[in-house]
Amino acid sequence: MIAYLVRRILYAIPILIGVNLLTFALFFVVNTPDDMARMQLGIKRVTPEAIDRWKQQRGYDKPLFLNTGTGSAGTFTDTIFWQKSASMFVFDFGYSDDGRSISREIATRMGPSLAIALPTFLIGLVVYVSFALLMTLFRATALDLAGVALCVLLMSISGLFYIIGGQFLVSKLWHLVPISGYAGGADSLKFVVLPILIGVVGGIGSSSRWYRTIFLDEIGKDYVRTARAKGLSELRVLFTHVLKNALIPILTGVVVVIPLLFMGSLLTESFFGIPGLGSYTIDAINAQDFSVVRAMVFLGSVLYIAGLILTDVSYTVVDPRVRLR
Amino acid sequence: MKKLLKVDGLLTRLQGGAPIVDGVSFDIAGGETFALLGESGCGKSMTALSLMRLLPDGVVHAGGEARLGEVALFGLPEREMRDVRGGRMAMIFQEPGLSLNPVMTVGAQIAEVLALHKGMREEAALSRCVGLLAQVGIPDAARRVQEYPFQMSGGMKQRVMIAMALAGEPELLIADEPTTALDVTIQAQVLQLLRETQEKSGMAMLLITHDLGVVAENAHRVGVMYAGQIVEQATRERLFAAPLHPYTQKLFAALPDARRSGQPLSAIPGSVPPLGSSVQGCRFAPRCDRAWALCHTQSPAWKVVDGQGVRCHLYAGSESRVPGTDSPSPPSPLPQAGEGNTVPGTLRSTLLQVEDLKVHFPIRKGILQRVVGQVKAVDAVSLSIPQGRTLALVGESGCGKTTLGKALLGLHPPTAGSVCVEGEPRGGDDRRRGSMQMVFQDPYASLNPKMRVAEILEEGMAALHIGDDSAARQAQIDGLLDKVGLARDSKWRYPHEFSGGQRQRIAIARALAVSPGLLICDEPTSALDVSVQAQILNLLKSLQEEMGLGYLFITHNLAVVEYLAHEVCVMYLGRIVERGPTAEVMRAPKHPYTQALLSAVPRIDGAGREYVRLQGELPSPADPPAGCHFAPRCPQVMPVCARRFPPMTSAGSTSHDVCCHLYPVVPN
Amino acid sequence: MNFLPVILWSDALVFLLLAVIVAVAVHVRERPHLRLPWQRVARSSVAMVSMLVLSCFLVIGLLDTLHYRVALPQTDAGEKVYSPEVLSVFDKLVEPLRAHTEKTYSAPFALHLYAKESLEDAQSHVVRDYPRLRYGGAHLADVSQRTADVAKRAAAGTFAGALVGLLLAWSLRRHLKQRAVQVTLVALAALCGALVNLATVYHVLGTDKVGQDVLYLSLKSIRTGLVIGTLTTLVTLPLALFLGVAAGYFRGWVDDVIQYVYTVLSSIPSVLLIAAAVLIMQVTIDTHPEWFETSAARADLRLVALCLILGLTSWTGLCRLLRGETLKLREMEYIQAAQAFGVSSMRILSRHIMPNVMHIILIALVMDFSALVLAEAVLSYVGVGVDPSMISFGTMINAARLEMGREPVVWWALASAFVFMLVLVLAANLFADAVRDAFDPRMNRTEGAA
Repeated sequence: MIAYLVRRILYAIPILIGVNLLTFALFFVVNTPDDMARMQLGIKRVTPEAIDRWKQQRGYDKPLFLNTGTGSAGTFTDTIFWQKSASMFVFDFGYSDDGRSISREIATRMGPSLAIALPTFLIGLVVYVSFALLMTLFRATALDLAGVALCVLLMSISGLFYIIGGQFLVSKLWHLVPISGYAGGADSLKFVVLPILIGVVGGIGSSSRWYRTIFLDEIGKDYVRTARAKGLSELRVLFTHVLKNALIPILTGVVVVIPLLFMGSLLTESFFGIPGLGSYTIDAINAQDFSVVRAMVFLGSVLYIAGLILTDVSYTVVDPRVRLR
Repeated sequence: MKKLLKVDGLLTRLQGGAPIVDGVSFDIAGGETFALLGESGCGKSMTALSLMRLLPDGVVHAGGEARLGEVALFGLPEREMRDVRGGRMAMIFQEPGLSLNPVMTVGAQIAEVLALHKGMREEAALSRCVGLLAQVGIPDAARRVQEYPFQMSGGMKQRVMIAMALAGEPELLIADEPTTALDVTIQAQVLQLLRETQEKSGMAMLLITHDLGVVAENAHRVGVMYAGQIVEQATRERLFAAPLHPYTQKLFAALPDARRSGQPLSAIPGSVPPLGSSVQGCRFAPRCDRAWALCHTQSPAWKVVDGQGVRCHLYAGSESRVPGTDSPSPPSPLPQAGEGNTVPGTLRSTLLQVEDLKVHFPIRKGILQRVVGQVKAVDAVSLSIPQGRTLALVGESGCGKTTLGKALLGLHPPTAGSVCVEGEPRGGDDRRRGSMQMVFQDPYASLNPKMRVAEILEEGMAALHIGDDSAARQAQIDGLLDKVGLARDSKWRYPHEFSGGQRQRIAIARALAVSPGLLICDEPTSALDVSVQAQILNLLKSLQEEMGLGYLFITHNLAVVEYLAHEVCVMYLGRIVERGPTAEVMRAPKHPYTQALLSAVPRIDGAGREYVRLQGELPSPADPPAGCHFAPRCPQVMPVCARRFPPMTSAGSTSHDVCCHLYPVVPN
Repeated sequence: MNFLPVILWSDALVFLLLAVIVAVAVHVRERPHLRLPWQRVARSSVAMVSMLVLSCFLVIGLLDTLHYRVALPQTDAGEKVYSPEVLSVFDKLVEPLRAHTEKTYSAPFALHLYAKESLEDAQSHVVRDYPRLRYGGAHLADVSQRTADVAKRAAAGTFAGALVGLLLAWSLRRHLKQRAVQVTLVALAALCGALVNLATVYHVLGTDKVGQDVLYLSLKSIRTGLVIGTLTTLVTLPLALFLGVAAGYFRGWVDDVIQYVYTVLSSIPSVLLIAAAVLIMQVTIDTHPEWFETSAARADLRLVALCLILGLTSWTGLCRLLRGETLKLREMEYIQAAQAFGVSSMRILSRHIMPNVMHIILIALVMDFSALVLAEAVLSYVGVGVDPSMISFGTMINAARLEMGREPVVWWALASAFVFMLVLVLAANLFADAVRDAFDPRMNRTEGAA
């Protein structure tokens, strides 16, 4: 187990280097720092001096990958790639274009993001699994058919519609909660209720349908027949035997996203004006702030890899057959 | 005797479709074993599931009655039926590996039955679980009760299934092919367990099987099923002495065995009609060589002849008319296998010569995935096959026989040793690939479903540059199809349009397309029904006579070995433990393992024989026991066995060798 | 010739895709075992109804793909000069919809503008009132006639449409056997009839901020959605197929490298990866204005680039699936039989493995289609979608959602974008379901055995 984890974590390093190389190539090779400076400064103020100053301020005045001008170690280290990438591995993300520390922003924005994402995830999981179980229990009846039809309908609706429609209905028409905004502490409840509700509803279609197929797959297996042959009731069969086995693919499918919950949701946060990491990302994209986008990309891949490792660990918890070696 | 279960006119059909079980009637008394015998798709499992009222979706009970004691099963509300299931009536299934819940401990799964039907919980249930496991012969039951199914072998899992069934102390046990997925030695253990349990508890048993041998050893009375109907019903003794229905007669005649080895088996043409197909007249008529016009138009009625029920027009007339024309032909003693062959033994050239072949697979572990051990799948195997002869490679699953076959073909890289084909060492040379080909086990997995038969047959020829152009190859393909007994126009069809037996013919034709000298047949008939198996065995035999092919026949079925093979090698845990002429090895096995293997095979003649009971199960080839690998299970184990692997020594005749300390090297 | 055919990048790719589909269809027609699952699809009435709806969308999308530029009136030099505006055959067909632009918002079937203006009445007094629309209901003398006129036109259009539909259903009765399909055909025809009859004189779905007809915008958005949903597959498919199959079949270092690449790609949050790539693409396009002759060409290249980026970021899932399937397939006995003959790896891949993973690819592609159509809207909202000048569901929603705060609410643009998208995605989902069911290998097994 320990050896396995160590191996997985070691494997994460080349992956993260790959991620960095890729984003670096996207941002700096396709678009030279000069291009960026020109764009940032605006058409009017572009002069060679202004560009140089802009680059120097941000440390973009070095060669990209190889610096032949300096000594032995500096050949690799005194380059934009090294300077901008190496520090990320110790989670030092530098400063955004407006001069704020990205690390601090991330730390303060994680809270609101989690306040939305975590309840959405947990409530969602319970709702989707229950709905799927219900459909499975009434499989091959009109109820099941209606449930599946509802799922297909719900998953055919754009996520934007859930948000806009929900805001319009709940906040504008019924005045139940504020349209958008966020506050810390107990006040946050009225701000997070609607986003969570919308998040849960928006996922019912695809998730419940997927879980239903998992349940149906399990129900066709031989051990279920054995359980019935023992004289167990259909409900007992479903809840003790099928659920336990179906949880393996379900859990391992969802565990991978748990670390990513920290990243928040782009759409929800920006629509509801929640100062989380999702809206931070969107703002950075719109402002074309590459430092922030790169930081978020790196953070996202670290969390994703953590999710993968967590998935493997969760296998050992829910499935006695799995031993990591 | 008081009848415990009475089934009358049971009718089960596809939802809105054809019947699958069509008017089946039988009864079982307490303490009695009634066997339902039939080939795949004849509806015997569906009969059992109908009785349990556990039919799969899309299949419904459409008529008939069943009484368990005084209770009418089909009249019970579902709630009360649940008390019957697992309580008065329990069932075990074919695949013990799939039939247990993989994420619950076996103890918990047995305890469920105890809680439901016996009201036992906690401590009481636990101790009863341990007791049950001990009763079904699981050693160290107190520890095993906490284990998960994946930690157990197939035989152990079937024992757990039996323990689970016994937990409710049922009056009737339904066993659906309980040993089909198990090796012969394990099968013998499980069948014996079932017999002993029945003797002790006096429960009735409905045994569902396709294996005449299993019936012969276990059943009191037998019902033979064909296409959803019981076509014959009799006591075991009567059925085996004088089967009435042509189908039953053919089933017996189709069984391979040593006494028939010189002559072709009496195969039933065609194949079993698929589940739920509707036929006018007698279901068996299209395959019956004694059918006449009436058989094709009118379904025969049930007729009792001297206490033996049969469904056939042949017996419709007078009671006394007992046709003896085509009962299993009294096997005439024939010369030893293949001795009638035209090529004299001395002139045979060696087709395949294998010396000290080893196939090891590395086991990796740790952070850097270092190799920490080897799975010795094949360990120092030597064998040779002359032209026109059949060498059978026998052993239980996991003994490495399939790996050996694939290594010979170059599908697994050998770790050490040499393989010589027709006198030349096997290397990367493409042209030599044609000299040896393989026929695989599963006819459904061995043909690409997306290719026409012609394309399948042509592929090997094209790869090995046989035949000048496409036209020449097409002509060859026609010839091949004739040879394996398929119509020429079948080359434009796709594999899914053929039955299992026909697919196996295509697979044989594919191998023959590159004119090999040697065919490696990896359990080519184990996925087929007995009646179809006979067709394929006949085909292989006639091809050998016609073309002088050599066969390496990999199998676990000893009856097939006796029928087909000239020589036999017995494999255990990657090594050959005994080899010799088939007749000699079968008649007078030397190695304790061979003896155990032979005694475990159920015989249809029911001849009394001494059963050598093996301890435990096949150990893992990753960690074989020290010394002789068989020592821990050997009934005749000696101290020396655990220390040293025995050398191959001669056992009597010149070509009969054995690898056992019981037969020490005789100094010249 | 007074027009110049224009083939934009996306047009060319759509034609390529069309050619591929036709070639595949011909290939499938000749082979009964390949035709079998499609026949199962054809037997499902849900599939056929959704296919009918989808084909309406497809026809609109294809008509909208035939582009041309109109010649401007002759100049003195005698040289033909073409208008910079790129039009499509579809634009020409719905000329009135495109040309009838009002000043700003107007509600569906409205006769007056949404905003008040200073008007001069008959007595030359300046008053603030809602002016009459320039086109919407302009033929009516009085507002009170509207209801009757709408009803009359709708009824006439429905009747005519239904008649055409019945004729069609009758002439195609051999091919469209299911009653549900015939009913849908008639209903669709009736709906089209009513729309055609109404849309020429009213703004059936209202107008947007700059007075463009919302029905026209919605119909134009269809092509964008279809292009994104289909062209992306042109990128995904070869990447996923070749890499996935190669990784699964060759294993060893090939597998390691391919796995590394797709783990790297999939570990980056997809929206961020897309956003980053789109930002870069945007900068590149912005810095090279000389590449494009017309603004349509620029918007179109952006669309193609978006497809490329979506494809490059979304092949990993399918690749992983195919790798797993190939790992299973390579242990199949028919592959070992081929290996025993010494058949070359390339032949084994092309003859044995690829045909046996095709059903997975097909299922993945039809399933992805709806996800991509939905993704376009979200990406356009985030600001990394199609060019703002390109009409799409995303840009429509983006423009309209800002007006939700107005009183009275401007709901029609948003609603029609959502409804059109829902119908498209729902039909695609239902069709995809039917395809998945029909191609499920478990079903092939049972039918093959029977």
